[in-house]
Amino acid sequence: MAKLSCAIVGGTGYTGGELLRLLNAHPYAEVTQITSRSRMGEYAHTAHPNLRNTIAGNLQFARPEDVTSSDVTFLCLPHGEASLQIDRWAGLSGTIIDLSADFRLRDPKAYARWYGGAHPAPQWMNKFVYGLPEMTRKQLAGAHYASGVGCNATATNLALMPLVKAGLLDTSKPIISDTKVGSSEAGAVASDASHHPERSGAVRSYAPAGHRHAAEVEQMIATARSSSGTVDANAPQATVYMSATSIEMVRGVLATVHCFTKEPVQEKTLWKAFRDCYKGEPFVRIVKTNTGIFRAPEPKILAGSNWADVGFAISDDGRKVTLLCAIDNLMKGAAGSAVQCLNVMHGFDERAGLEFPGLHP
Amino acid sequence: MSQATAECPECGGSITFKSAPVLHELVRCPDCGGELEVVDLANLTLALAPTEEEDWGE
Repeated sequence: MAKLSCAIVGGTGYTGGELLRLLNAHPYAEVTQITSRSRMGEYAHTAHPNLRNTIAGNLQFARPEDVTSSDVTFLCLPHGEASLQIDRWAGLSGTIIDLSADFRLRDPKAYARWYGGAHPAPQWMNKFVYGLPEMTRKQLAGAHYASGVGCNATATNLALMPLVKAGLLDTSKPIISDTKVGSSEAGAVASDASHHPERSGAVRSYAPAGHRHAAEVEQMIATARSSSGTVDANAPQATVYMSATSIEMVRGVLATVHCFTKEPVQEKTLWKAFRDCYKGEPFVRIVKTNTGIFRAPEPKILAGSNWADVGFAISDDGRKVTLLCAIDNLMKGAAGSAVQCLNVMHGFDERAGLEFPGLHP
Repeated sequence: MSQATAECPECGGSITFKSAPVLHELVRCPDCGGELEVVDLANLTLALAPTEEEDWGE
């Protein structure tokens, strides 16, 4: 079977590099074009040195204007750019997976609120399926267009979904997600804030309020509640507050989500909700053990993998729940989910190209 | 012969015995890691085994 040809538009960034790494070992897809404005003509391994002497690493960066047709186009452009030329990209590929935030939200008003202006191509917003297979697998199968996911939103969504689907979440009370994140979330372009003497050792509250990914979480809660039949007509819409703190870590997100249940719950109730939600999921693991040092989700051991580790703890009164989810922001929070979407959209084994289990120590 | 199974009293996970369970045998739940003791063989029942708590800096 001939492999799908893939183009990566915006290939010098970290998500582009991760896509290149993953697709270099993919059994059913290969990268045939990769673009960069800043490195045109250079080999891809000059930006992604881990890929030296690989087929993917020996590709040469082209200009975005020179991209020709392919089976799949991955858009790894800065937020706001993919939507400006979406008609052109759609004319070149039958499948588009956009890793930016341009097509994550369905509601133009929500987009304007969170992204500070009207969407450049609102007619396209509903054509994209939100690219989190654990939540949208049915819609992704056979779809032509998938959005990327926000990394902090993904960690929060995967932590919350068992309670949402089981109808346990009290949406009249606020849901608060605090994320600890690694420096690679800031992207590959250096800044004053990423200068080593300033960044190293920092515990920096870069988004203590108003994090944009809250919009994706609210959207997913509403979708999951309606699709799982747990919507009470009188129940209020969930309100999500997010904060993000960058810590001494290169890859990884740990979401700590504080929320309340409608009725007091016991551990067994939540175990059942988590098992029911993630039974058979290829990339979600429940991590909640009473022994050892890895008792709860921990991003360190997930680097380079597509795992999402989830866990929980309950307050003594059984009403307040702390949910945890750890991921690699560049993988499950970006490129890994994008390749997982590709696999679902084209009917491949969902694990194809994604079986690296991470490193320890 | 089918393998004996029992439910973890902590998380509800299923514990499978590779050989016939023995009274007061200690087993570990594969899901929550809890150390469990066989307390009843007639109706195969497990209970949390007493463990030393670790001090996690609290």
